[in-house]
Amino acid sequence: MLGRTANSIFWMCRYLERAENTARLLDAGFRMSLTRASDAASEEWRSVIVTLGQLEHYDSLYDGYSGPQVCNYVLRDRENPSSVLSMFEMARTNARVARSSLTMEVWEAVNEGWMTLKDILARPVRESNLGTVLSAIRRESTLFRGATYGTMLRNDIYHFARAGTFIERADNTARILDVKYHLLLPSLSYVGSSLDSSQWDQVLRSLAGDRVYSWLNAGQMDPRGIAEFLILDWRFPRSLAFSYEQLRQQLAELALEYGQESDVHVLIGNTAHWLSERTIDSIFETGLHEFLIDFIDRNQAVANAIAEDYRFIA
Amino acid sequence: MQHKRLMNTTSPTFDEMFTADGGIRPAYAGYNEWLEVQDQHWMTHKGAEAEAFFRRTGITFNVYGEQDAEERLIPFDMVPRIITGAEWRKLSRGIEQRVRAINALIHDLYHRQEIIRSGRLPERLFRDNDAWLPEMVGFTPPGGVYTHIVGIDLVRTGADEFMVLEDNARTPSGVSYMLENRETMMAMFPELFTKMRVRPVSDYPRRLAKSLAACAPDCASRRPVVAVLTPGVYNSAYFEHAFLADQMGAELIEGSDLHVENGRVCMRTTRGYQPVDVIYRRIDDDFLDPLSFNPSSLLGVPGIMDVYRAGRVTIANAPGAGVADDKAIYSFMPEIVEFYTGEKPLLPNVPTWRCAEKDSLAYVLDHLEELVVKEVHGSGGYGMLIGPTSSKREIRAFRRKLEAKPENYIAQPTLALSTVPIFTRKGLAPRHVDLRPFVLVSPKGIEITPGGLTRVAMKKGSLVVNSSQGGGTKDSWVLDD
Repeated sequence: MLGRTANSIFWMCRYLERAENTARLLDAGFRMSLTRASDAASEEWRSVIVTLGQLEHYDSLYDGYSGPQVCNYVLRDRENPSSVLSMFEMARTNARVARSSLTMEVWEAVNEGWMTLKDILARPVRESNLGTVLSAIRRESTLFRGATYGTMLRNDIYHFARAGTFIERADNTARILDVKYHLLLPSLSYVGSSLDSSQWDQVLRSLAGDRVYSWLNAGQMDPRGIAEFLILDWRFPRSLAFSYEQLRQQLAELALEYGQESDVHVLIGNTAHWLSERTIDSIFETGLHEFLIDFIDRNQAVANAIAEDYRFIA
Repeated sequence: MQHKRLMNTTSPTFDEMFTADGGIRPAYAGYNEWLEVQDQHWMTHKGAEAEAFFRRTGITFNVYGEQDAEERLIPFDMVPRIITGAEWRKLSRGIEQRVRAINALIHDLYHRQEIIRSGRLPERLFRDNDAWLPEMVGFTPPGGVYTHIVGIDLVRTGADEFMVLEDNARTPSGVSYMLENRETMMAMFPELFTKMRVRPVSDYPRRLAKSLAACAPDCASRRPVVAVLTPGVYNSAYFEHAFLADQMGAELIEGSDLHVENGRVCMRTTRGYQPVDVIYRRIDDDFLDPLSFNPSSLLGVPGIMDVYRAGRVTIANAPGAGVADDKAIYSFMPEIVEFYTGEKPLLPNVPTWRCAEKDSLAYVLDHLEELVVKEVHGSGGYGMLIGPTSSKREIRAFRRKLEAKPENYIAQPTLALSTVPIFTRKGLAPRHVDLRPFVLVSPKGIEITPGGLTRVAMKKGSLVVNSSQGGGTKDSWVLDD
């Protein structure tokens, strides 16, 4: 397959994954804001922008952090190149570029997802319909995932698609965790102290892990336990450990198909090994923030190596 | 139920479905029988269904200069355009003859130029032609084929009167609509296809792939690597490029995917650079090679023309093939067909005045109100004058352009193009149509897909069928009778 096509498929999946995670983050912020007085609510909305790494850009355009304003910025603002709508648009453009490498179902899932969201997001989002909008985004992402899983041949095209998904997911989980820990735990001495459990609920909710975590832990909220769950639990599909196991598998199958490994395999092997050696104790010993930054850098290096080894760009 | 007919029975126009006294022509007998028992509301509902289907599958085209409507649908009409088997056999013989002559003409123009020496074609016709490429002189492409894919635009003015309006020898587009229109009709009205024997078109991509592979250069592997070269996702016909690549199982490449390595044109794959044997290019000659042609082109491949001239890659259609689809050359087609085939042309041209000739120019200037005047190098329905529907001011303005550069124009009578009904909320209404059959040429022979693309002017009375100007399409049937 063409390097450029592989690049498009990889990024199509990254954008869709990021759009979905952004919607989840917004959903979690929305729920928090409902249980807060207005001051604290606007603090919650601000933290959504911080988590997305868009504080500077947002502040350059708007004053204050009202719910509707933040939601419209994150979801549909033309000024925001990373809005959910523009991510869907970029995903679709990439799908069009790589169209002849996608199954009909996958192409239609991306195209229809974009059409649906373009339609829903043509008007400003209000609190009364935010829930509908967010569940539409989740539904479209789910349809795409289902079409990919259910119709695509397990060849290089599929492996590049999945690699894009897990690179992005690992990145997003690490970032959300990092920012939330920063906000919630200004110093390490707080770890283990009893904090507002609804805050932790929000972290889990934004990673679709709230129910599972409660189920595993009989409803107990423990910051350390949550970090362990999101980083190391290989059963949880949004954890770093799960993402890396998937990534390693996809790349291994690619090597099998192509009959050769390349630099990226060494790099992934190293990172996966490094991750598997961690315990939650050793992570907190180094410092969670330091660990996550280290991880994000390594993950970026893996993404670069994939692009390099498989000639994404001339 | 009888569908309301909004037909004008006093019009001299030939309607392909209804006779002047309201009878049904034989080609449409079976279809009409079916239509009469369909409910009008149900049909309207089906129309909306078709549009949703086109949106979802992304069958759109981009319109240049329209920011908001970046991707538009070409309107699709549900009433098929039907041609009988006998009509088609006659047409296809004429098309094949014409296509053979076009290939022979291009070869001759780039070699001995017998037709010029014989005095049947003025030399200025190709010397002044932008599509003429000196790089092609003395070179014969692999298999001797210049026009691998040809679209011959036909119009009809009577029961037995088909004429060629235009030859498309560069990169005729629209074949994806021919295929998708058929898919749509079969999905919407399956029972129609069990009732009537319609010759299939769906094997076109496979035939195209085979035909292109048969033109591969000698150095090609046993299974030649064929790729479709597109200007990219923002091109108006991108959908078609992707569609054809997909259906042929070929890579869809852009200039940036290619470079020249060891005397071959190679594409950048995830496993390294691999040679390409046949390039079905959907970019203009000008953009093919920045080293040979337009130096600022970012769409092409530096050095590809050297590889081509060394016979180590096939480019379809051949660079420089456009000399043959110029409208000035067109006016000589009857002579050209006779010169190369030794036969009388089976398909007539539309009568054409060459404004470069003094007497013709005088006639055209005197009759602007009733003629259609076209730019020799224009396409897409732009830069033309339709006398009968133009205002006095428009005609005056055009007259000045014509007088300033007469050799730039040809003129034709305003034809009473045949009509086929389209489905409207108010009933069946006649609209003008043309037909573009698609022809494949390889050393193994000439293949014509039965049918082609019917373009239809959706506006009442309009003669402009171009999609860039609001025209629509119909599924085109050739009956297997």
